[in-house]
Amino acid sequence: MCLSIPAEIININKDKATVSVGGTRYQADISMVDGVSPGDFILLHSGYAIGKIDSTKAIKTLALMEEIKRKAGD
Amino acid sequence: MIKYISEYRDKKLIEDTLSEIRRISHKPVTLMEVCGGHTMSLHKNGIPALLPGTIKLLSGPGCPVCVTSRRFIDNAVAAGRMKDTVVTTFGDLIRVPGSETSLEKEKADGRDIRIVYSSADALKIASENPNKKVIFLGIGFETTAPSSAVAILRAQRETLNNFYILSAHKVMPPAMAALIDKGVKIDGYICPGHVSTIAGSNMYLPLVENYGVGCVVSGFEPLDLLQTIYMLVRQHEEGSVKVENQYIRAVTPEGNLKAIEQMDKVFEPDNDWWRGLGVIPESGLKIKDEYKAFDAYSQFQLDEEMDASFIEEEEGCRCADVLKGIISPPECSFFGTRCTPEDPAGACMVSSEGACAAWFRYSGKGLVL
Ligand code: SF4
Repeated sequence: MCLSIPAEIININKDKATVSVGGTRYQADISMVDGVSPGDFILLHSGYAIGKIDSTKAIKTLALMEEIKRKAGD
Repeated sequence: MIKYISEYRDKKLIEDTLSEIRRISHKPVTLMEVCGGHTMSLHKNGIPALLPGTIKLLSGPGCPVCVTSRRFIDNAVAAGRMKDTVVTTFGDLIRVPGSETSLEKEKADGRDIRIVYSSADALKIASENPNKKVIFLGIGFETTAPSSAVAILRAQRETLNNFYILSAHKVMPPAMAALIDKGVKIDGYICPGHVSTIAGSNMYLPLVENYGVGCVVSGFEPLDLLQTIYMLVRQHEEGSVKVENQYIRAVTPEGNLKAIEQMDKVFEPDNDWWRGLGVIPESGLKIKDEYKAFDAYSQFQLDEEMDASFIEEEEGCRCADVLKGIISPPECSFFGTRCTPEDPAGACMVSSEGACAAWFRYSGKGLVL
């Protein structure tokens, strides 16, 4: 039940949004996150968006992993 | 292919991160994954078996269903037997044994017990059934508590006077401190990612300062967890403990302030009881007096107190030791025989995030690598 999954915002109607998880649509309450728009990714937890996913930082994490990989290759 | 998931399952990167962990790990180190979601992902992906012998992984008390008391189930059962009530619950909780019965058995006996996916669904049931009293079983940590707060605030705004929450919500850091106080030896915590999305990574600073334990906030995919283990091993090898955040794509140092604000509006800290750990000061979230019209404890006169003599486990079930990381699940003599996910003897086998269930389902066969 602690599971939260990345979901893409499709459209927004006040505090509610339709979101997509790999094509499957869900309704989400987005009252806890500010400044989201369609195309953004949120973390969906039991029907509520609990936070935004920062795409720049997601890329940074992968870059860090690549760095570990380079070290492993040394 | 789901964005923000598949990238973190890259086989080559996983192998390279593993060999880097093997290269840098020399001193024995004990790491605890606190969150049930992490336990499940580690076992599902067969990670424990791939780590070098220097690294010992323990599962912690971060499965909400597992640490919830039998008394809570008994209260939910009592509420369900009252006139015109509907008890709504997350699916995981329905099979947890209470003292005499479970919500599943009560449902079979004709009580109105409904599984919901969200507290928003419970609110909807309340607004569509004005003649019923709808009780939502609020379990979960910082991840889930804000959504219960939002539900109460919405019920208040919409003047719904037939919606209640029975709160067993809890907060994580006091339990992480209590484990060390109880003498469990932990060098580093794999800190819960989604709890931290709400509460922020700064929440672990006191743990580092007061207990000298390393804390790295982690995501849930195999690469996230391996990178976190790498960071904790590096801290241990270098002898420098600190808070680090592996899950930067979803966690900030200060957390989700809007969610924290709603949680603080509705709940206040209270002593709470955890399976295996007993009463931990200020570790529970109680509905404030201001919102007591929505508090199932006060509206249905349920008994909140834990009696010290209250027996929690079926005799022989060692959930309490599993939740403290003292034994691993197969060391329990019931494991896989008297106790299976189909016929669980204890809460740690009921929830899919429970350590016993994760071991049973995946041990030795969960490899994706
Ligand atoms: S295997 Fe079953 S009986 Fe043993 S500790 Fe786990 S839940 Fe309890």
